[in-house]
Amino acid sequence: METALDTFEKFDPQHLPEFEPLAPGHRACQGCGEVLALRLAAKALGREMIVVSATGCMEIISSAYPQTAWRVPWLHVAFENAAAVASGVEAALRIMKGKGKITRDDIPILAVAGDGGTADIGLQALSGAWERGHNFIYLCLDNEAYMNTGIQRSSLTPYGAATTTSPPGKLSIGEGHFKKDLPAIAVAHKIPYVATVNPAYYLDLMNKVKKAALIQGPAYLHAFSPCPTGWRHEGRYAVKIARLAVQTRVFPLYEVINGKYFLNRKVTKPKPVREYLKLQRRFAHLTEEDIEIIQENVNNEYDRLLRLSEEVDLETKLTTSFQQYLDQLKQQMDEAYKKLREEFQHT
Amino acid sequence: MPTRTPMEVSIAVAKAVQQADVDVIAAYPITPQTHIVEHLSELVANGELQANFMNVESEHSAISAMVGAAAAGASTFTATSSQGLALMHEILFIASSLRLPIVMVVANRALSGPISIWNDHSDIMAERDIGWIQVFCENGQEAYDSILHAFRVVRDPHVLLPMVVNIDGFNLTHVIEPIYLFDQEELGDYLPEHRQQLKLDIDHPVTMGPVGIPEVYTEAKKQVEDALVNSKQTILAAWQEFARRFGRTYAPIEAYRVEGAKILLMTMGVISRTAMGAVDRLRERGKAVGLIRCRLWRPFPLPEFREAVRQASIIAVVDRHISLGAHSGPVCQEVRSALYTLPNRPQVFGFVLGLGGRDVTVHDFFEIVELSEQYASQGPPASEYTHIGLREV
Ligand SMILES: Cc1ncc(C[n+]2csc(CCOP(=O)(O)OP(=O)(O)O)c2C)c(N)n1
Ligand code: SF4
Repeated sequence: METALDTFEKFDPQHLPEFEPLAPGHRACQGCGEVLALRLAAKALGREMIVVSATGCMEIISSAYPQTAWRVPWLHVAFENAAAVASGVEAALRIMKGKGKITRDDIPILAVAGDGGTADIGLQALSGAWERGHNFIYLCLDNEAYMNTGIQRSSLTPYGAATTTSPPGKLSIGEGHFKKDLPAIAVAHKIPYVATVNPAYYLDLMNKVKKAALIQGPAYLHAFSPCPTGWRHEGRYAVKIARLAVQTRVFPLYEVINGKYFLNRKVTKPKPVREYLKLQRRFAHLTEEDIEIIQENVNNEYDRLLRLSEEVDLETKLTTSFQQYLDQLKQQMDEAYKKLREEFQHT
Repeated sequence: MPTRTPMEVSIAVAKAVQQADVDVIAAYPITPQTHIVEHLSELVANGELQANFMNVESEHSAISAMVGAAAAGASTFTATSSQGLALMHEILFIASSLRLPIVMVVANRALSGPISIWNDHSDIMAERDIGWIQVFCENGQEAYDSILHAFRVVRDPHVLLPMVVNIDGFNLTHVIEPIYLFDQEELGDYLPEHRQQLKLDIDHPVTMGPVGIPEVYTEAKKQVEDALVNSKQTILAAWQEFARRFGRTYAPIEAYRVEGAKILLMTMGVISRTAMGAVDRLRERGKAVGLIRCRLWRPFPLPEFREAVRQASIIAVVDRHISLGAHSGPVCQEVRSALYTLPNRPQVFGFVLGLGGRDVTVHDFFEIVELSEQYASQGPPASEYTHIGLREV
């Protein structure tokens, strides 16, 4: 696995692939973060791949018969089973290759679902697929609500957000729970690759998708996906909000490779969370105290992540210095041998 | 010359699946289906069957994985029962609408609640309208043969539908019967190679499972219906070819001692054997009773059924499922509506028996015949169907 990542060639911003597996002309809302993340992920994989989609916004907007926005093989079955369907596709390709019925090498499979289809109703199928170790990329497009059925809360809806099923009221501040930590659940399955992505950081996103395709076994990508319709922000702010999510540490970008955390973008001078919240009407009802609670949670989560990734840093430092020591030792010994050999030749 | 080997029916079923050279099997344990997939996983573990055996985390995922695998072009098999089938419910319609050639054995078992592991037909009767081809087997030989038929039928490019082979739980899955097994050579090319035109192929990309807007939904449904109705030709051809090659004959509606019978019993599945015993005894007593057994349940063989009952004046239909809140069991409803438009239709009386593993005996059939005669002469019962063997509580 490490070897595949060693030879990993990053996307060059000047020469991005031209082929768009997800064609323009789909029916997503203006400024949709999901479709942006999906398009970039698809672009990173290219022409030779198979997409399996859960029911949700991205399925509805891309496949209304007799039209399709997909230029690659695409399959939709139901809401909660994208991971199980993708397992079946992968199992089929593997055995058919073994039997010589097909000749193509590892065709990347991209399974796509929203936060509801991933963290709620689809979690069992996803856990099963991870545990069985199927080789496909699972992309969760997290718009923090069930958008296809009209802005209901999911277990990934953030604390304080107003949705139609978590409305703020006399007795409620809106959603009353913090987000379920899905990447951590993925990591707990000991799958080789877990990463968070964000369409505002498009090269990072595409490179992570590419890495995920290189790695044998399950890969999980959690994509921050602004949704103007559900978050009540102007379409033109989607990328700005996505970037603010990273700059405020609300949505840190990190990778977990074989259980090791790597914080890809350390945010040393974070902007206050308020700046992120204020652009979205779903948070408009929050008081200063509510925002304080959210800020505190963001700080804690970021610190936790930092600690996790610093452990890795420390370990790498240790291994690097040990390696340097070994290298020095080897050099000294080589020189000593050389000397000895020369002396031996003289005698 | 083939030999008859005593063998558990589940094992024979697994052998047939092996002979069909499937690519992917996914299953989740549920009694009384387990022996089938246990044996298949052994065959895979021993390298006797080159297939991918997926130990999924639920039946919902089993059928989902089958849909994915079949969409990718693989030959697929799964088996389930009862609650497992009910958990698959949502995906079953999608499998037929995607026109995927999946073969599934349902080891028929009662549905909760109360929880019961024993045999009746309530699991599959709740799945009448899923768009799958469905047959019911009466004995082990038929179960084995039906799996071979099923793979032949679903692999036919004119069909493109999934198929359920119903095998009564325990009373068939777990009994040991003498069964003729083909060796692969004998079977020859009865089973065609699995080749699928429409699949997830990167060289010919297709969009599968798109949104059906109101302008197309009805037409899409109609196409599945047409495919299901038209599949009968292929099914009959597959059975005829089987009879021609191997000498065992199967029909959509099977008749037993129907010559001159005024009263016809109608059954499905394993209790037909008991019913045959009852018919024999009644015939000995000089009663003109016969039996018809519905083998092909979907598509319902309407012309064959009408032909089979043409000369009867009474049909006693036996259901092994309660259609809660309806006026009779599902098979009886089917029979009544099949006859309704005929000018000279026989009288139809519905009976429900053998629920949740309750024993079905020849005496039950004696009672059914007796009651039917009584209803015919003295007027039908107050309720539209009769429970047999119901203890008053
Ligand atoms: C079993 C089942 N329950 C409910 C639904 C209705 N449904 C369709 S999409 C959806 C919400 C999708 O939300 P999410 O997964 O977050 O994706 P999004 O639409 O936001 O992209 C729901 C509840 C369904 N299709 N199937
Ligand atoms: S509702 Fe939100 S996620 Fe769905 S298409 Fe519109 S912007 Fe995208």
